[in-house]
Amino acid sequence: MGVMASMLEISGLRKSYHNLVAVDGVSFRAGQGETVGLLGPNGAGKTTTVSIIAGLIRPDAGEVRIAGRAISSDTDPAKQSIGLVPQDLGLYDQLSARENLRLFGALYKMSGAPLRHAMDEALDLVGLSERAKDRVKEFSGGMKRRLNLAAALLHDPQLLLLDEPTVGVDPQSRNAIFDNLESLKKRGKTLLYTTHYMEEAERLCDRLVIIDHGKIIADDTLQGLHRRFCAQNLLTVELEDGELSIDELLIDGLSIDALRQVPGVESVERRGHSLRIGVRDLARDSAAILQWLAERGQHVQHFASERTSLETVFLTLTGRSLRD
Amino acid sequence: MTPFFALVRMELRLFFADPRAVIMSVIAPIAIASFFGYIFGGGAGNTERSKIPVLIADLDGSNLTQEVVRRLKADASLDVKPATPEQCREAVRKGKATAAFVIPKDFAFGTAAAFLAGGSRPEIAMLQDPSQELEMRMLQGIVTGAVMGAAGKQLSGGREEIPLPFGVRAESVTSDPTISYNGYAHSFGGMGIQFLLMVGVEVGVGLLLRRQLGVWKRLRAAPISRMMLLGSRIVSGGITSMATLMILFAFARVVFGVHIQGSLAGFLGICASFSLMTAALGLVISTLGKTAEATRAVAIVATLLMVMLGGAWVPTFIFPRWLQNITVVMPTRWAMDGLDAVTWRGLGFSTVAPQIGLLLGCAVVFGAFAVWRFRWEEN
Ligand SMILES: Nc1ncnc2c1ncn2[C@@H]1O[C@H](COP(=O)(O)OP(=O)(O)O)[C@@H](O)[C@H]1O
Ligand SMILES: [Mg+2]
Repeated sequence: MGVMASMLEISGLRKSYHNLVAVDGVSFRAGQGETVGLLGPNGAGKTTTVSIIAGLIRPDAGEVRIAGRAISSDTDPAKQSIGLVPQDLGLYDQLSARENLRLFGALYKMSGAPLRHAMDEALDLVGLSERAKDRVKEFSGGMKRRLNLAAALLHDPQLLLLDEPTVGVDPQSRNAIFDNLESLKKRGKTLLYTTHYMEEAERLCDRLVIIDHGKIIADDTLQGLHRRFCAQNLLTVELEDGELSIDELLIDGLSIDALRQVPGVESVERRGHSLRIGVRDLARDSAAILQWLAERGQHVQHFASERTSLETVFLTLTGRSLRD
Repeated sequence: MTPFFALVRMELRLFFADPRAVIMSVIAPIAIASFFGYIFGGGAGNTERSKIPVLIADLDGSNLTQEVVRRLKADASLDVKPATPEQCREAVRKGKATAAFVIPKDFAFGTAAAFLAGGSRPEIAMLQDPSQELEMRMLQGIVTGAVMGAAGKQLSGGREEIPLPFGVRAESVTSDPTISYNGYAHSFGGMGIQFLLMVGVEVGVGLLLRRQLGVWKRLRAAPISRMMLLGSRIVSGGITSMATLMILFAFARVVFGVHIQGSLAGFLGICASFSLMTAALGLVISTLGKTAEATRAVAIVATLLMVMLGGAWVPTFIFPRWLQNITVVMPTRWAMDGLDAVTWRGLGFSTVAPQIGLLLGCAVVFGAFAVWRFRWEEN
């Protein structure tokens, strides 16, 4: 992996707002042509990180390098190599799709035939050629998201910063955007894909950077993550809501922490009267866990097992769900 | 197309994309300016004013006092009605009459005695509405004139009138004797100034709100300078303001006969420099407040003060001298004086060149301050 030339390299980024540390020592890199997922729940610090990379926010500490160079000023030509797709739609509702694109192209000093060609190509890619003359106001949510992507492509940037580009769209538009991103990937673009949907990250990304509370808690390929957090199986145990409630379970020294200490248990999460327990080896460890519960007076109503997804890896790492 | 022109063009497109807002931003100042213009003397040659209501109680009933009453009734600026002293007092107290005169019994005899033999002079009581200070001096003069005239006629045996030994000829002094003060010229300038400042406030507040939007991120991510970003906003705001002023004065010309009696270049110069100044001032406003709402509230109060002190509501020549002297530091005053100068006063470019220079200077200073102090990051 280290052989790939770095398109994006950030190190030690910090940014706080008053008492809140939004980004806390974030470092990672993206090689040329690589698609890196920046994954974390709402408020994790993803947008702040992306904003710092794009030069919108000055970090309290740390450094950003684009193709080896730090961006020194607002007018630094290095900004030409970045395409930002902001989380909040960056479009003028009152203007037509074409007028929007013309403006954003002009900001990168494009004009005339090259601009027209770039606009046609971008509109074509996102499938909005037919609607180019319509006001953005009349677009559906999904169409706006697609145009939001197109507007970042006109100046043909090498690095695309995609901040939750599919948030709030219908599945059809989401698939369309994914196809667009796949084809951009094929053209050798470097993508930083920010999301709080694990399945999106799994589908698109070569590598995942997982961030929570402003800190990076994992940075690996998909296989690497699976290998490293080997709780590949999940045991769901439904308890009888009789003598001891789940809350009492916590109080009575039968804490979830104690359960975590049981050999073979990788993670524990409580959902109502159910416990979701990540186990290393389902066949070997399940019996021990059920026995452990029984010894503490718990009546198991039902239990089931499933394979863990990366979503569960995330749970294992942070103890909270992505959709918090 | 450079990024700068693209940005200006975009702002103008956004402005004109909402025809209702555009129409409102023109109709409101026109309506208010028409009202103020009508109140303050109306258009050229239109000197019709409402007559001052006055009551008079003639307790003497002599030849002399009857002549005084006749003369007062003949005065074009007064609406004189006879009344008893009680009615006089009541009417003034209720504001139904601006003033009332009570001529005491034996007034004619008393004046003759005082004139020939000296001694105490009889007095006409003037009951006045305290809110009408301005009219009082005028009324005193009119009454004095009427008594003097009537007394002279009496002394000469009623045959011929002894004329007052002097006269006052009123002449409005403008650069051309055919030009006269036009209330509409002033009010359209004044309301134009006020609404331009309001537009400036909206430019500033709008910029604060914009920082939260995705498009702002997109603009900031592009390789363009902050000066270009704010400068394009000043220029686009200036252009829409300039257009608003042009529409206002075109309307005033067609409907109220307001003409640019002086330098057209001076007029355009004042309009353009003031338009830029207000847009830049809007940006300064955006650097001051913490939230958009708080900023707007403060800015509107400050704007109205500037407008008032600049003489946009009532002409500064009505102000007391000390106030006239201190308001010369207000940019609104420069614009207002400049507009007055090139419209109804009919003065040339050189008289307004200093104002244009000052306004442009302000625009540059304000713009620089805004670029320096604008908070690019929200927190
Ligand atoms: N301008 C700001 N002022 C104060 N707090 C902010 C600001 N921007 C972000 N934050 C806070 O920083 C944290 C990270 O925010 P953000 O980067 O937007 O997270 P994400 O994009 O992962 O949802 C959040 O707790 C958010 O409330
Ligand atoms: Mg975000």
